[in-house]
Amino acid sequence: MIEKQINQKAWFMVLPVFLLVAFSAIIPLMTVVNYSVQDTFGNNQFFWVGMDWFRELIHSERFHDAFLRQIMFSGIILSIEIPLGIVIALAMPKEGWGVPVCLISMALPLLIPWNVVGTIWQIFGRVDIGLLGHSLAALGIDYNYTQEPIAAWLTIIAMDVWHWTSLVVLLSYAGLCSIPDAYYQAAKIDGASRLSVFRYIQLPKMQRVLLIAVLLRFMDSFMIYTEPFVITGGGPGNSTTFMSIDLVKMAIGQFDLGPAAAMSLIYFLVILLLCWIFYTIMSNVGEESSNGGV
Amino acid sequence: MANITLKDIAHSYTGVSDNPDDYALKKLNLTWRDGGAYALLGPSGCGKTTLLNIISGLLVPTKGQVLFDDEDVTKLPTEHRNIAQIFQFPVIYDTMTVFQNLAFPLKNRGRTKEEIEPRVIELAKMLGLEKDLHTKAQHLTADAKQKISLGRGLIRQSVNAILFDEPLTVIDPQLKWELRSQLKYLHKQFGFTMIYVTHDQTEALTFANEVIVMYEGEIVQVGTPEALFERPEHTFVGYFIGSPGMNICPCELRGDRITVEGHEIVLDRTYPPQQSNSKIELGIRPEYLSLAQPGEPGLPVKIIKASDVGRHMVIRVALNNREFNVVTSDFEGMTKDKATLIIDTAHANIYANDHLITGEKA
Amino acid sequence: MQLELRNVCKKVGNDFHISDVSLIFEPGTLNILLGPTLAGKTSLMRLMAGLDQPSSGTVHFGGQDVTGVKVQKRNVAMVYQQFINYPNLSVFENIASPLRIAKIPADEIKERVAKVASLLKLENMLSRSPQELSGGQQQRTALARALAKEADLVLLDEPLANLDYKLREELREELPRIFAETGSIFVYATTEPSEALLLGGSTASLHEGKVTQFGSTIDVFSRPQNLITAQILSDPPLNILPVTKLNNRMLYKSHVEIPLLGQLPQLPDDDYTIGFRPHHLYLERMSEKAIGVKAKVVVTEITGSESYIHIDVAGVRWVLLAPGIHNLDVHETIEIFMDPDQFYVFDRNDLLVVTPESAAAAGGTK
Repeated sequence: MIEKQINQKAWFMVLPVFLLVAFSAIIPLMTVVNYSVQDTFGNNQFFWVGMDWFRELIHSERFHDAFLRQIMFSGIILSIEIPLGIVIALAMPKEGWGVPVCLISMALPLLIPWNVVGTIWQIFGRVDIGLLGHSLAALGIDYNYTQEPIAAWLTIIAMDVWHWTSLVVLLSYAGLCSIPDAYYQAAKIDGASRLSVFRYIQLPKMQRVLLIAVLLRFMDSFMIYTEPFVITGGGPGNSTTFMSIDLVKMAIGQFDLGPAAAMSLIYFLVILLLCWIFYTIMSNVGEESSNGGV
Repeated sequence: MANITLKDIAHSYTGVSDNPDDYALKKLNLTWRDGGAYALLGPSGCGKTTLLNIISGLLVPTKGQVLFDDEDVTKLPTEHRNIAQIFQFPVIYDTMTVFQNLAFPLKNRGRTKEEIEPRVIELAKMLGLEKDLHTKAQHLTADAKQKISLGRGLIRQSVNAILFDEPLTVIDPQLKWELRSQLKYLHKQFGFTMIYVTHDQTEALTFANEVIVMYEGEIVQVGTPEALFERPEHTFVGYFIGSPGMNICPCELRGDRITVEGHEIVLDRTYPPQQSNSKIELGIRPEYLSLAQPGEPGLPVKIIKASDVGRHMVIRVALNNREFNVVTSDFEGMTKDKATLIIDTAHANIYANDHLITGEKA
Repeated sequence: MQLELRNVCKKVGNDFHISDVSLIFEPGTLNILLGPTLAGKTSLMRLMAGLDQPSSGTVHFGGQDVTGVKVQKRNVAMVYQQFINYPNLSVFENIASPLRIAKIPADEIKERVAKVASLLKLENMLSRSPQELSGGQQQRTALARALAKEADLVLLDEPLANLDYKLREELREELPRIFAETGSIFVYATTEPSEALLLGGSTASLHEGKVTQFGSTIDVFSRPQNLITAQILSDPPLNILPVTKLNNRMLYKSHVEIPLLGQLPQLPDDDYTIGFRPHHLYLERMSEKAIGVKAKVVVTEITGSESYIHIDVAGVRWVLLAPGIHNLDVHETIEIFMDPDQFYVFDRNDLLVVTPESAAAAGGTK
C-alpha cells in the first residue's frame, strides 16, 4: 500500500500569515513578557527582577479590587443579557413583516462604535442636559453617575445591556429558527406546557449558539475599556476602574511598565483560563446529554 | 376513542375563495371508524398531509366540520383533541432518556409515578426498547428513535387516533419490514384508530384495511387493498397502485367485445353502450398478462425489453405502438423478439373517461 | 476511461469508514453501490470523486494514478439525494452552468443542453425557474446538468430517495436507457435491493466499509457468495435458519430436524446457516421434496395481489410471500413448506457452500 504523499509546498503558502501573526501578536507579547521581568528607572536602563512584579501584583489590594470588579461586572452582564436575549428571541415573530423590522432594530445598536456608545450614554445620563439623568432628577430620584458608585455602575450596566443584548438575541433567534416545526407539533400533541417546550426542545437545540453567545459576551465584557472610560473614566473614586482601565492607568498614567506588563500577562491568562472553563462546562453539558447512561 | 367524521371539508391555503383551483383539498366527506387501520395514499401535492393536519388540529379547514363522534372539534386545538402524530423524521427530546421520552405525555397530563412506570415498561417491551430505557434518546439509531416517537403516541390509553405522516422515510428497507409488521401488531393489540399517510403503495396496502387514494385534492377511491388492485375505479388508481402499474390502452367497445389496435378481444362481460365522444380504455394489470410462443392465438407483440428483477421478470412488449408491461416468472424459451400476448379477460377493466364502468356477466 | 480503486482505505479517527476496497469500473457501465445507511456508500463516492483522499491505497483513472488530484481537476459530476439547482437561474442556465465554467462556445452549449434536455424530457421547461418545477423535474434538471458536463465519471448518491414512489419507478425505468446513451462510468448508490435489480448493471454490495461482493446485479442477487451479501440483496429480508449437521442428521436448536434433501447430504458435519427468500416459502405442499414446518402467524400484510405472512417458527421470525389474498388470524398455527432446492447454505464463516439449483441454472444461461 502506498502512503499518501505529503506536499511540503503548503508551508510556503502559510508563511506570509505566519509572519503577519508574528509581527502583530507574538513579538509584542514577547516584549510584554520581557518588560514583566525587568524594572527601569528611565533612560532605557533595565535590570532583572524575576518574578517580583508578579508576586507583588498578586498580593496587591489594587489588583484584587480591579479583578473583583471585573468579575462582578461580567457576571452581572451575563446574567442579564443571556436570559433577556433568549426571552426577546422567543418573543420575536417567526414570519411576516415583523421579522425584518425586528432584525434590523436588533442589529442597530451593534453598528455603533464603542466610543460613540459611551458618549451617547454619557450625555444621556447627565443630570443637566441628558434625557435620562434629567428625567430621573425631575422624578426626585437622586441620580448622579459622576458622584455615586451605584449610579455609575447602573449606567454602565444599562449601557452594556443596551449595546450587546442584541447579539445574544440574534444568535438565539438563529438557533430557534433552525428547529423543525414537527418538534413543536409533537410537543403540542404530547400536551407539553410552554415551559416544557422551552426546557426540552428550545433550550437543548439552542445550546450551541448559546455557548458561542456566552463566550463572546464574557470575553468582551471582561476586556471592556472604551465605554466606562468615556462615561466615568473609572470613577467615582475607583468604583468603575475595571482591569483594563487600571492597566492603562498603571502603564500610561504612572508609567510603571514592569507591573503593567505583569498585569497584562495575568489578565491574558485569566481570560484564557475562564474561557476554557466556560467552554468545558458548557460542552460537557452537551456531552452528558449525548453520551447517555444514567 | 371515537369515530372521526369529516363533513364537507375543504381547505385553501389562501383563505375562502370562489376559484376551485385555490383549494388544496376539494370538498370531501369521510368517516373513520373507531379502531380501523387506514392509509391515505397519493403523490406529493395531492392534499393528503393537509387532510392529516386537519384531523390533528394543526390546521383549521376553510370549510366544513370535523366531528369526533358527535362533538364538533373543528376549532379545537391539537392538545385538546387527544390525538397522537408520528412525523416523517423522528421527533425525540434529546436531553431525556428513552424512559423519560415515553413518560413525557403522561407526565404532562399529571399522572402519578406509580401509574406511569408500569405502563412505560410494558410498552418498551412491546417496542423492543427495554434494553435502552435509561439511555439518552439522541444516541439511538433512526429506527429506534422512530419507535420512541411511536411509543409516545401509544402510551396514552385514551387517544382518539394515531396519525402517521410518512413515518418510514428515513428507515432502511430491511428495517422497514420489521417496523411495519410491528406497527400492524401493535394496532391489533391496542385497537387504536390509525391513519397512515404515504406515497408508497406497498406501505399503504400492507398496513391498512382500507386505503383512501387521493389525487389533486380529491378522493378517487376508498377501498380494501384487494379492491384497489382488482377493480380500480379510476385510471389513476390503476396506474398508481401496483408496480409496475396497470396497463391502460385506448380501445373501441361494442357490447362484450373490444378492439385494441385492430385486434378484437372477447370479454367475459357485456357493457352498456357509451356516449360516442367518451374516451374508452382497457385497463389490465401486468400480472394478468402472459406471453406465449409467436403464432399461438392472442395478440402478436414485439418484445422490447426483459428485465429480471429477481423474484420475477418484467417484460415490456409492443402491440404496434402500444406498449404493455407483463409480469411473469416463466420466461424460459422466449428467445425471439416476437411473442403472443394473452389477456386474462376475467381481470380486464373497462374505463370511460377515466372512470370504471361495470358490465353484466355474460 | 476505466476507474480503478486499489486497496483503498479511509480511516477517520480509529474507525475504518472504508477498508481495503478494490474495484474496477469499465467505461459505459452502470455500477450500483448497495448497502444500508452508514455502509460506506457516500464515503466511497467521495473518494472516487476526489472530494476526500484515501488514507491508503490508490485511485486510478484511465490507467493514471489520480489519488492526490483535486475534484476540480477531474472530470466528475455528482447528483445528490437533495435536489440541488441554482434557484436564481433558469433550467437552461442550470444545465449549461458546468459548460459555461468550462468556457465552451455558446453554440455548442445550446446544442448539448438541447440534447440532454430531450433525453430527460425537459424540453418544455428550459425557460422556467427550478422552484416552479415538481420534485421529479427538479431532480431531472440536476441529472441533466451532470450529463451535459459529459463527465468521465458520474456519481449518483441515492438520487431518487426524495421522490414519490411512482416518480421513482418512472425514472428507474428511464435511467438505464439514459445511461446507455453516454459513455461515462455511472456509479449509483442506493439502499434498496429492488432499485438495484430494476436498474440492472453491476452491483457492489457494501457492509461496514467493505465490498462483500461485486458482479452483475442479477448474479449477485441469485448467487451471493456470503450470508451478508444475501441479506443486503433481499427485500423482504432473507429467512434464516441456523442448523447443526451431525451424524447424518441436521438439527435446528437440537430438536427440529431438517430432512437431508437436495445437496444437504454431501455436506460435512458442522454448523451451517440456511437462507432462503420469502417467495420460496409456501402455504401448500408444492413438491414431493417439500419440508413441512409448523409456524405461528404474527402478522399478515396484503398488497392487493399477494400476501406477506410474518411467521414465528420455533423462535425465529420469517416472512412468507404467497400469491393471492390470505387473511390469516394472528397466533393461528399453520403448516408451511420449504423447498430444499431453493436453499442457500452458508458455512460457519458465512461463506456460500450450497447454491440453489434454480439460481445455478439461471446463472448458467446468462
